[in-house]
Amino acid sequence: MSHSARAATFVADAERTTWHDETLWFVRQKRDKAVYAVPEFQQLRELASQIKDHTLSRLDEYLQQFEAAARRNGVHVHWAADAQEHNALVLDLIRRHGATRIVKSKSMLTEECHLNPHLIGHGIEVIDTDLGERIIQLREEAPSHLVLPAIHLKKEDVGDTFHRHLGTEKGNHDPQQLTEAARQHLRAKFLAAEVAISGVNFAVAETGGVVICTNEGNADLGVNLAKVHIASMGIEKLIPRLTDLGVFTRLLARSATGQPVTTYTSHYTQPAEGREMHIVIVDNGRTQQLGRPDFRASLKCIRCGACMNTCPVYRRSGGHSYDFTVPGPIGAILSPNIDLKKHSSLPFASTLCGSCTDVCPVKIDIHTQLYKWRQVLAEAGEIPTAKKWSMKFMGRFLASPKAFGLGGKMARTGLRLLPYQLTHATAFNAWAVARELPEPPQQSFRDWYRETVR
Amino acid sequence: MRVALFIPCYVDQFYPQVGIASLQLLQKLGVQAHFPAQQTCCGQPLANSGCERDALPIYRHFVDTFHRYDYIVAPSGSCVYHVRQHFDKLAQTPEVQHVRAATYDLIDFITQVLGVTELPGRFPHKVGLHLSCHGQRGLHQANESEITPVRDGQLRRLLASLDGIELTELDRNDECCGFGGTFCISEAAISARMGQDRVQDHLRNGTTVLTGGDMSCLMHLQGLIRRRQLPLKVLHAVEILNGISC
Ligand code: SF4
Repeated sequence: MSHSARAATFVADAERTTWHDETLWFVRQKRDKAVYAVPEFQQLRELASQIKDHTLSRLDEYLQQFEAAARRNGVHVHWAADAQEHNALVLDLIRRHGATRIVKSKSMLTEECHLNPHLIGHGIEVIDTDLGERIIQLREEAPSHLVLPAIHLKKEDVGDTFHRHLGTEKGNHDPQQLTEAARQHLRAKFLAAEVAISGVNFAVAETGGVVICTNEGNADLGVNLAKVHIASMGIEKLIPRLTDLGVFTRLLARSATGQPVTTYTSHYTQPAEGREMHIVIVDNGRTQQLGRPDFRASLKCIRCGACMNTCPVYRRSGGHSYDFTVPGPIGAILSPNIDLKKHSSLPFASTLCGSCTDVCPVKIDIHTQLYKWRQVLAEAGEIPTAKKWSMKFMGRFLASPKAFGLGGKMARTGLRLLPYQLTHATAFNAWAVARELPEPPQQSFRDWYRETVR
Repeated sequence: MRVALFIPCYVDQFYPQVGIASLQLLQKLGVQAHFPAQQTCCGQPLANSGCERDALPIYRHFVDTFHRYDYIVAPSGSCVYHVRQHFDKLAQTPEVQHVRAATYDLIDFITQVLGVTELPGRFPHKVGLHLSCHGQRGLHQANESEITPVRDGQLRRLLASLDGIELTELDRNDECCGFGGTFCISEAAISARMGQDRVQDHLRNGTTVLTGGDMSCLMHLQGLIRRRQLPLKVLHAVEILNGISC
């Protein structure tokens, strides 16, 4: 199914669309306020962009440096070429400890690898501990946003979900009471967990340490209570030095939610006495993207979600309409790398307005990459046949002044003479579903010019 | 100074009055613009659909048509942005490079090349400005809200110089209208919704005349306005600046 088909379903619920749009725009405005207050914000962006460009340009070296440093710290480092390897590795680690109960803090990488179903299929209990993640986990849905995974749900939806799964009172939609119920439910899970899995926001090559940013402190709770910590990271999470980190933490929370910093910015460098720490470094298509000059900059992404909040299409179509782990504008340039055919409509799910590019804290040229993916998709034959042929025809037509003048006249005359029901028939004129066609004038500009000006 | 007028294909066919106003306004400012009759289109609709390769003959035709002029001026930021940005697909001969650099949006031409920042005239209406994204973010015709709270721009300043005009402050200053070229067909539902939201922002804040520098966005918004019979008049900014009264 194409993005436009899924989006049409979402937007058909006009009220929910309004609410979704306004909620995300509110976050965008909070971001604006926080950003305007930092006079050097644009310099910070530039700096972050350069640090990431530099890191990507010698990623192999930094990865090795990171691995060596982490090992020196007593951390076990593993490498996974793809999602299967990652999942198998994690399952193996869990089994080696005879564990059956896992808590997880938010990690888009494990979402991308579909780790939860894999573990659950092998008889392991996996509990997502981020509140939003837990809600959608109970509903068996995918996150619809990078930072706000349950943003597509209203508090009524959450109330119903908790009533069904956590036994809260039917019809209770009070956010405070619902949060309390989740807290009680999760407390037991935290205490029972033998292994904690987390994502990684930044990995520091110089120190071998990883940094995790959360607002709920759930990563800390999980990691500090469990005997074993497994951190999964994509190869692009690296930054060279600890002193680079400040640049990114200043950008991340401001761009994501308008906070100066996340509530918890936790550093994990080595395991505590008697504990184990593992880091799984995952490729899963990233080196392939690194090898595409036009699209490698997409690996600079720090997953702040700002491009989603600002995207006028995302706000009105919801994260699920993208049907990819990372939705929104950045998802639309990451996804064709993974599966060109399946995600062929995503680069077209944009007006190319460029707001994503201007908002991105690491200056990824998102809308330019969307444009470039379109060219790749058309060359690969992954655009609708009707579009392909009409564009071929248009190419001939518009390169010829004679054909153009004649064709224009025919179109205008046709529009004037044909019955309204025909020119505005929605069956073959998508424009006319919601819009009137322009009123055709008697004369084109070129005709007027020929007659009037000499 | 040899100035050519480039009238985008849909303006030529559906909005000749915008072409006429462009020509007349330039004339009032002392520029005798010429309209080369063999011109067609900049190729943007094809390229935005992924068919850059099919657009190449159109690009070449554009360069052949215009390379002998000092300036190529068009009442459409979007087409200008396309010529400047995406003609990088052609071999960069001196002709191509010249055309890319010398193609100007009409408003930019008036303010930057002619150095005109005020125009005489009277337009006692509440006017809402819709800058196209390609104009605003592509050609930097106004500050982007993603970057700064300061809201300004060449067209806004020009319009503000007219007597009696009042410019609308919107809730969302630079939100996209949802036209997006073939996007308005391939993503028809979202496109319509975006346009309706855009129009509502103007209505909510008192706009009676909706204007902008790009007829493509305005064509889309006008289509929505007429379908719902909303009390908004749509004019290209050059029509207002040329002294239309309504
Ligand atoms: S692409 Fe940029 S704006 Fe979007 S999530 Fe990544 S870092 Fe944030």
